[in-house]
Formats: sequence, structure tokens, C-alpha cells
Amino acid sequence: MRSYVPGYELQEPRNLAEALERMAREPGEWKPFAGGTDLMVLLEAGKLSHRKFLSIWKLPELRGITVTPAHVTLNALTTYSEIRRHELLAREFPLLCRAASETGGIATQNRGTLGGNIANASPAADSPPALLVYDAELELVSARGARWVPYHGFWKGYKQIAMRDDELIRAIRMPRNKSFSKQLYRKVGTRRAQAISKVCFAGAAQMDAGRIVDVRIALGSVAPTVLRAIETERMLRGEKPGLATLRAAEETLAREIAPIDDIRSTARYRLRVAQNLLAEFCESLAA
Amino acid sequence: MPEAARKIHVNCEINGQAMSLEAHPMARLLDVLREQAGLTGTKEGCGEGECGACSIEMDGALVNSCLIPALQAEGAKIRTIEGVAGAAELSAVQQAFLTHGGAQCGICTPGMILAAQNLLSHKSQPTQNEIREALAGNLCRCTGYTKIFESVLEACRVQRPRP
Amino acid sequence: MYRSRAFAEWREFAAAGALQSLEIDELYETSQRYQTLLCPNCRQMTMENRHIGKSVPRKEGREKVTGSARYVDDLTFPQMIHGVTVRSSVARGKILGVRFGNGIPWNEFTIVTAKDIPGKNCVALLIEDQPCLADQFVNHPEEAVVLLAHPDKYLLEEARRAVHIDIEPLPAVFTIEDSLSRKHVIWGDDNIFKSYRVEKGDVASTWSGADFIVEGEYETGAQEQLYIEPQGMIARANPADGVTVWGSLQCPYYVHKALVRLFGLPKEKVRVVQTETGGGFGGKEEYPSMIAGHAALLALKSVQAVKMIYDRAEDMAATTKRHPSRTHHRTAVARDGKLLAMEIDFTLDGGAYETLSPVVLSRGTIHAAGPYACPNVLIQSRVVATNAPPHGAFRGFGAPQSVFALERHLDRVAAAVGLSPEELRRRNFIHEGQTLSVGQVIHEKVQMDKLLDRALELSGYHEKRERFARENPRNAIKRGIGFAAFLHGAGFTGSGEEYLASEAQVTATPDGKVRVLAGSTEMGQGTNTVFAQIAAEALGLECEQIEILQPDTSLVPNSGPTVASRTTMIVGKLVETAALAIKQSLLDAGFLKKSYTSSDFADACRQYTDRFGALQSLVKYQHPGDLHWDDGKYQGDAYGAYAWAVYVAEVSVDTRTAEVRVEDFVAVQEVGKVINPTLAAGQIEGGVAQGIGFALYENVIWQEGRMVNGQMTNYIMPTSMDVPPIRVFFEELPYARGPAGAKGIGELPLDGTAPAIVNAIAHATGADVRQIPVTPEKLMEMLEGVHA
Repeated sequence: MRSYVPGYELQEPRNLAEALERMAREPGEWKPFAGGTDLMVLLEAGKLSHRKFLSIWKLPELRGITVTPAHVTLNALTTYSEIRRHELLAREFPLLCRAASETGGIATQNRGTLGGNIANASPAADSPPALLVYDAELELVSARGARWVPYHGFWKGYKQIAMRDDELIRAIRMPRNKSFSKQLYRKVGTRRAQAISKVCFAGAAQMDAGRIVDVRIALGSVAPTVLRAIETERMLRGEKPGLATLRAAEETLAREIAPIDDIRSTARYRLRVAQNLLAEFCESLAA
Repeated sequence: MPEAARKIHVNCEINGQAMSLEAHPMARLLDVLREQAGLTGTKEGCGEGECGACSIEMDGALVNSCLIPALQAEGAKIRTIEGVAGAAELSAVQQAFLTHGGAQCGICTPGMILAAQNLLSHKSQPTQNEIREALAGNLCRCTGYTKIFESVLEACRVQRPRP
Repeated sequence: MYRSRAFAEWREFAAAGALQSLEIDELYETSQRYQTLLCPNCRQMTMENRHIGKSVPRKEGREKVTGSARYVDDLTFPQMIHGVTVRSSVARGKILGVRFGNGIPWNEFTIVTAKDIPGKNCVALLIEDQPCLADQFVNHPEEAVVLLAHPDKYLLEEARRAVHIDIEPLPAVFTIEDSLSRKHVIWGDDNIFKSYRVEKGDVASTWSGADFIVEGEYETGAQEQLYIEPQGMIARANPADGVTVWGSLQCPYYVHKALVRLFGLPKEKVRVVQTETGGGFGGKEEYPSMIAGHAALLALKSVQAVKMIYDRAEDMAATTKRHPSRTHHRTAVARDGKLLAMEIDFTLDGGAYETLSPVVLSRGTIHAAGPYACPNVLIQSRVVATNAPPHGAFRGFGAPQSVFALERHLDRVAAAVGLSPEELRRRNFIHEGQTLSVGQVIHEKVQMDKLLDRALELSGYHEKRERFARENPRNAIKRGIGFAAFLHGAGFTGSGEEYLASEAQVTATPDGKVRVLAGSTEMGQGTNTVFAQIAAEALGLECEQIEILQPDTSLVPNSGPTVASRTTMIVGKLVETAALAIKQSLLDAGFLKKSYTSSDFADACRQYTDRFGALQSLVKYQHPGDLHWDDGKYQGDAYGAYAWAVYVAEVSVDTRTAEVRVEDFVAVQEVGKVINPTLAAGQIEGGVAQGIGFALYENVIWQEGRMVNGQMTNYIMPTSMDVPPIRVFFEELPYARGPAGAKGIGELPLDGTAPAIVNAIAHATGADVRQIPVTPEKLMEMLEGVHA
């Protein structure tokens, strides 16, 4: 334990309104603390620079999954375990369920939350690529009100999100009724379980008569933020997935991503694997 | 040196007993269990939620106690390794670990047993793959996992409902 | 059964096991004494063993499964305070001074530096070059300089951050190449801790006549032991009573020796107690002497009990790892596949101080030429200094490094000659009467080719080899199967056991309880249980009646360190001998008849102790007169016994990601006698898992002598999802000098696992891997090369 634990404040607001009110009164003073699976690791390592936290873990307003004809809405404290167990999510949003099952181990999945994961904004996070593919939107709330923003574009840079100091994420919603005929999620980590990803790929496509009508491709760990490969999608839209298309897509992808050498892997490896996963995805579209 | 935050009282139930423990709100539940409650069966192996040696059950869910701040244990029903065995008997999992070599140095064993117990409380006859996955968050350096799986399978066999 | 056969007939059966006549007599004597036949290949003649060969449950198992076993961090002493270490951030330099920052109530702290050391500032081991606390110079990152103690753990951590050690950097050395080049001499005269030369025959004369000459260079990386319980000690010390430490350790007498030197105390004033230890694997062989010294120095100065527990980050950063290695092979082969000569150049990176490097080098050197009868061998080896934390003991101790190189190399030799890997091995396996590279004549009926046959059959090797070759071209996931053939010597090398002069004692109390007193430690491998089985078997009692004393230097004799696969084979034999002596004393005194019950035994103990006093037997190791070792020439009988093995690994390689998965693993080994099948299999399974990590996952990333991925998130050991079912099979050719015929097995699995996996990867992909860990990043580059 490399931190001075007595120097940290953690207080529990009685409800969401109180939490937001305190965050509004002293902007930046208090930060939300959900399941702790990221923040407590920083605390242990002596790297948690912020000192005052509001525990939102038990706030009922932030729990629950709602299904309407148009959307599935996951409140921010939805854990990975809850995502895995949800039948409709497994049917209609399988990439998100795959991502949840590959995040840490069972103990992490019981405490890690989708909202916390998004707020932590790591480019190596496992769920964000799936959320991007599913056109997720975020509801940000503050004492001043609530607003919905598309998840795509929520990042401004490495670990920087477009959220004000007095806001927190209340919910994540995804539109239903997408007819993706092919979906692929692949996380390439340091080992089979309990692994941080080196490359994370999420892809979904709508096919018609062997042609790609619509496609979504999102990747993690290959740029300072999780990203949608917009150019690659654009290139693939309307095409038949053949060898020439694939080669062009791989080249486009290489230009869109910016993998680096770091403690876990190399830029070269990440680039090659991202391209290979794209190829695997495209091959599955041709089948 | 920063000002010390006030300690709080955390009221919870541990192994069926109501307890009120004094701790800093950000103190790790692992430390509160080991030091304030004197329950040293739960171990620290890494302090980063990777090894699972600190696994406990909190409100029926398997969690890493090194990643839980004391404040969030308020009102929780906690089970540690000390609460797994009944008064005199060992649980089927514990007994199987004894007869089938599931424990070598024993440091990962409390967390491993909690993880196995937790799995069996949700699925009484898991496949070997399901066991592997359920225990993937508990690292063992001694056994190579083989006899841990054999122990869990033995516990399942013993507990299998007779036709 | 046994008694109904004439000795001559028995002798004939025993001779079929090809023991030397001297050993047959010895074996017969021992068999007589405890009514159990120890004879190779005659299991049908053996009387039912009560305990030997049975999976007796672990003696301390109940405590472990209920969480009541007490590891060092579970212990609290009255008025105990905590200690931490302040370490150098520089790899090499001159200490200019230590500054204590503001905002900390320093007067509340105990502060220790080198000046506070009463005896010699060293961690006494083979030599005394390593300081306990750096004084004028630092020679590696994380070297300990200042110690602090305080009752408040949290404040202590703040204080640690507030101590600044000012160091003027000196040029440092980080690679084997740089060390050998002597651009900077950082240790001794030439950066070389130790070197060896092993010569058999005349290698130089063979090159011109060779049909093939195959060369290759192979590398292995550092590996962190990663016991799940980090290092920890509690110490008490005062001038009157001396020093006592309790902690996680493998070798109580190593710690004892180091503390005696550090404090300048007489032996009786130092006491070392082993607490329940959560894994060691060699990582707690020598390092505990350092942390014990630190805790004790703080205890002395503070006049309090001091507890010092490393967190994972500190443990990874500051303690020992497996020596990185580089091996160059040059092999002369005849057209028919016979090895004509092996020239092996073997180098280890030792880190900043000598510690145990000469011994690691020794074992690696002796194992470098494997279980083959090659008439001409030249092995030149050395271990060199670099400015990294000293490398140290890790299960296998030099052999995993040299065996990796050899077994990978021999697959390549086979390919060059046009033979299958298995055929090349068959044509060169050593047989009884032939000599190893150090000139040791093999006296046992070693059957490597039978082990090979069995391993290949059990793994479906031939069928898979052929099927994978057919199916791989049209699959993105390539499959492969490969093997390694190897041996591992048990016990200390050469005259090492003689030098150790280990002792063990068995005592019987007046009410018939039996106590085993040995300095050997339990750390999961089963010492307590195996000793209990051996003693119970010898005495005709139940295992529950045997108590194994907690290793405490004030109570137990020095049985040598718990390392080198020696605990069952060497110390277990002393326990067996001592137990038999107790029984013999009772028989000789007439208090016991040949056949007796437990309560007869208790009565006999009562009668004996009433009449004669203490009933105990202290046995000291006797080096067999027919084992000769020449330290100067590095020739002779290196080990009393070898375990022999063939391991087969099946892998799949996903060419899209270059990820390797071990799909199946078969481990076949000949080990003398399996005393406890569950424990023995557990040792092999655990060792194979560590070998899988060594081959594929465990990558230490160095930056200027510092490990930068020192968290479990970034230093990857296998989880339950990364390890296949490991299938373990034993053969038994009893070793007359082992207890019940047992040889040592603890380190064996680390030798053959990695090369089997790498040979399988080569089979699957054609990639000529020469380095481990073979990470996906490295393999991806090779795969692209293969297809280019």
C-alpha cells in the first residue's frame, strides 16, 4: 500500500441529487467513486492524486437495465456480471456481452461498472469498442440538468473525456433493431484470462446479397483513445468483401490507427494483429 | 503530510456475526478484515486485484477485498474462509482440497476455495471449462491448477443429487 | 511374498534391476529391517507398504483449507512496529548523502543505515561481497540503503517517500556483452564471478571428420519466482538475548549464518524460525537472509519487534530472479546421427553480487550436455556481473537454461542430419556403463528410449505429427507437437552433500509420540507429509502419530537447505535411518517384538525412557564411499542419482495473433519411488505450469537494470485458462540410497517443459525459435520471416 490512506476522503451521499449538488457546489473537489476496480489499484500504487471521493456505489438511481422498443438503457453502475447475465443483451448486443466476459475475472466483473469503465477512459478498455459499434449514447447529469451525447467523440485525447467537473455518467443507451448479420469481437491480451488487451477489435456488418450495406469497426489499444475506424468503414461500405477490398481496407486501417510500443506490446505487433483481425472479420462477411 | 481523515464505523455481518469495525473510509476491506476483525485467512498476494488471494464473498458475490474501500462494506453480508466450514465439518470443497491435493503452499487456497464455493452456489454441476473460467481470477503458483480442478470436481461428485 | 522367497531368488530379481552388488546387500539389509522389499521390477514381491506409495493427505492441509495456517503477515507481536526499506533508484553510483524531507516527525522513527551494523555489513553466503545496506556505493537499482520503522504503516510509507538518497551516477553495465567486454569493470578484476571448463575426450579433433556441423545460439530471459506470498520477516533483537527472526523462508540455517555474521554474535544467540511459507521455488533460498537482517537491525535499534513485509511491487523489483542465459552450441555429427562432439559455451548474467551464481553455473554446466553418450564434450561456462539486482535460485537452478538450449539444438541437429527428432535421441541416449560429460559412469539401468516410447505413445505424438502436417496448410491455427529428453541430478553437486554434512533427528517421547526434527522446510512441496510417511513406514505406526517440528534453529539440526531436489532423497533418508534406529534400539533392548501394535510401541517407549533416558537418534549424512568428485578438474560423480524424463507438448499457434496455446502436455519421468502420488504429481504439474510461463508468458522487461513491469498485471504468469490438463506418469527404478528408493523430483519439470513447447512451435510453424520467452510479438516477426 503506497498511499497515505488516512489522507483520503470517501463519503456516501444519500442520493444522486445530493451527490450532484456537492459536485456542483465545489466543482472538481469531489469525484465519483463507483466499484473501485480502477481507483483502488491506483491507490495501492501510490498514484491516486485526487483525494476526495463520493461513493456512488449504492445509489439506486444509477442501477438497473431498462428495455424499451427503441433502446436498451444500462444505468451507469451496471456491472459486467449483470451484463453477462442479461438475456436480451446476449441476444441483441452479443459483442458487449463478450467484452464483459473478457474483462478481468469473476471478482472484477462483480465490481467493475460500465460507467466507471467509460469514465476511466483507458484506451485499453474492453467494452468501449463494442459500445462504439452499437452507436451508444451517454447520459451525463449534473445539478443543472441532463444531456445525451453520442459515445463516439466523447474522447478528447488520452484519458480525457468531454465531461464537466460537476457531471457524472448516469446511463448508457444503445438503439435496438440494428440488423447486423455478422458480428465479431476479439480481444488479444497477454493471456487467456485476467489480461489487459494489446489489441481489441469489435466489428459488425449488415450484408445484402453479398455486399456490405453498413459496417461498424471499433478498436482498442491501438490509439490514445478507443476509436471507430471511420475511414475503413467508409471504404468498406457498398463493397463485396473480396481480397482486393480487404487489402485496401488493411491499408486504410493502418493509416487510421496509431499503435505504440509500450510495456505490454509493440506498435508493429498491434498493427499487424489489427489488420489480421480486420481480415478475419472481412472473411467472415464473405462466408 | 496531509490531514488525516476521520475514521468511520462500518457495520456489517461477517461469517454470520454482526460486527462494527473502525476504519478509514478508504482503507482496504482486506486490511480491515485482517487487522480489525482478526480474520487473517484472507491474504494479500498482489494488492492490485490480479491474484485473487484476497477473494471473499460480499452479498453473495465473489469480490477482491483489496479493491473494496471500507466505507462500501457498510451493511454488507461478508463471508471469508473462516466462515466456509460449518462448526465442526469441513465443506465438501475443503474436504476435497484435502484429499485431492488442491492445496500445496496454501496461500492461494482461501481465495481459491471461496471462488469454488461461489461457483458451486450458482451452478452445482459445472463442467471443467466452467470451473477453469470461474477460477481464472485466482492465481496459483504451486499446483498448475490440475489438482484444484480435480478437487472441485470431487466436491461436485460428492454433492451430486442421487437419482 | 517376501519371506517365502529365497534370498538367491530375490537377488536374481534384484540383479535384473542391475544394481551393483554392494547396493543389493545394502538394499537387502534395509528391506529386512522394515519388512518391505525395495527392489526394481519386483513389485509383485513387495509386501504391502502401509504409507509409502499412498496419497496420504497433507499433514498441515486442514489448517490450509480453513485459513488457520499462520503465515508471517498473519502474526502480531505485542508492541510490534513496521519496517520499510529505502532503495537506490540508480543502477550504479557513489552515495553522496541521505536527506530527510520535511513534514515527517522523524523523531518518532527508527532510522538504520550501514553505520548501525554491529558485525560485518554483508549478507554472508558463499562469499561476503554483498552489503546488507549500501554504504558508499550502490551497484544495482533497488539496492537497500536506509531502513525505517514506525508503528503507523501508512505514515511509514509517507516517510519512505520523503527520504532522498543523493547518488552520483557511475557508468553501469547491463548486458552480458558489455560485461564480458570489460568496458567497465564493476566486480572483481574482470566482472566474472566464476567460470568452469568441463572436458571429455578431444573435441578439437572431431571437426574435420564430421559429416555435419550444426551451430546455434540460444537465449533464456530472467524469470520471477512469483510465490503468491511476498517476502516477509518479523524480528526481535536486543544485546542481551540476541536476535530472533520469524519468517517466510526455505533455509533457516542460511539465515542463521548470515545473521551471526551481520551482528557478530555467537551462534547460540541467533534463532531463526520458519513460519508457514506461501511458496518459495528458490526465491526464498538466499533472499530471506537480506530481509531478516533488515528487520533485525531495526529491531535492535528500536528495541521493538519489527515486522517487514514486502508488497508485490517491491518484491518483484528488489529480489532475485532466474539468471538470464546465453548458450552457444557447436555439434559434430556423423551421417548416422551419432553425436561426435559437443562444444558448448554457456554464459549466465549474475547481477551485481555473487550470491549463489557459482552454484547455479555449476548445475547448468553439468546438465548442459544432457542424457547423451557423446564421446567428446567441451563445456566452457561463466557467470558475469551486471548492475541489476543479483539473480538467484529458481527451481532448476541453471539447468532449465542449459537444457533449453540443448534440446532445442538437438531438434535442429536432427533436421540437419535428416533424422526425426526422436530417432536422433535414440541413437545417442546414454546407457548403463557409459559416461556423462563430467565423466560420471551411469550405474543404473537407465531406459531413456523406453521413456521416450511411452511419452510418444501417451501423447499420440506420431499420429499428431502426421495429422498436423496435413491439416496445417489450410488452417489459420497451426498445430504442433514436440518433446524434450532430459535428466536432473538430485542433491548438491559433487562433494556438496559431504560439505553440507546434513543432520536429522527422530525422537520418541515416553508416551510413544514420534517427533521428526529437521531443518528442511515445508513450502507446499510436501516435506511434512513425506517425512511423516517415511518415519511412519519405518516405525510401523500411523502418519498421525508422527509430529514434524516447525523448523526452529534452536530446536532442529541443520539438515541443509531445502533446495536442489534433495529434501526427500537426502534428508528423507536421514529421517528413515533415524526412525529405523529408534526401532532397532527398542528391539535390541527387548521392549519390542518384531510384530507390534501402536500401543506396544508406546509401552516400549515408556519402558525404554524409564530405563535409559531419552530415546532419540541423530543421523548425520554419510557420503557414499564410491562417489568421487574432483572439484579442480570438474570431473567425476556429479550427483548420487538422476531422475530421467521425456516431456511432450502439443501447441496451437494462431497465426493471426501469434498467440501460442499449450493444448496438451504429457510428462513421463523415472523417479526411483513415488512416496506420495498426489504430492509427486502435484510437483510435476506445478513445475510444468512454471515451465509454460518460462516458455511463453513470463517476460521481465528491463530498463537500465530495473524491472519495469513489476506488477502482476504486467508480469504474466499462467491462469487456470492458460494451462492445459497436465498428464503425469511415473516410472520407478528404486534408488538404493533414497528413502524407500526415492530420488529427488522438485526441479525436474522446469528443465524439459520449455524446450518441448518450443520444439512444438517449430513443428507447428517452421519458426526456428531460439529464445524464450517466445512472446507473440517475437513470434509474429518470425512468422512473417518464414512466409517472406
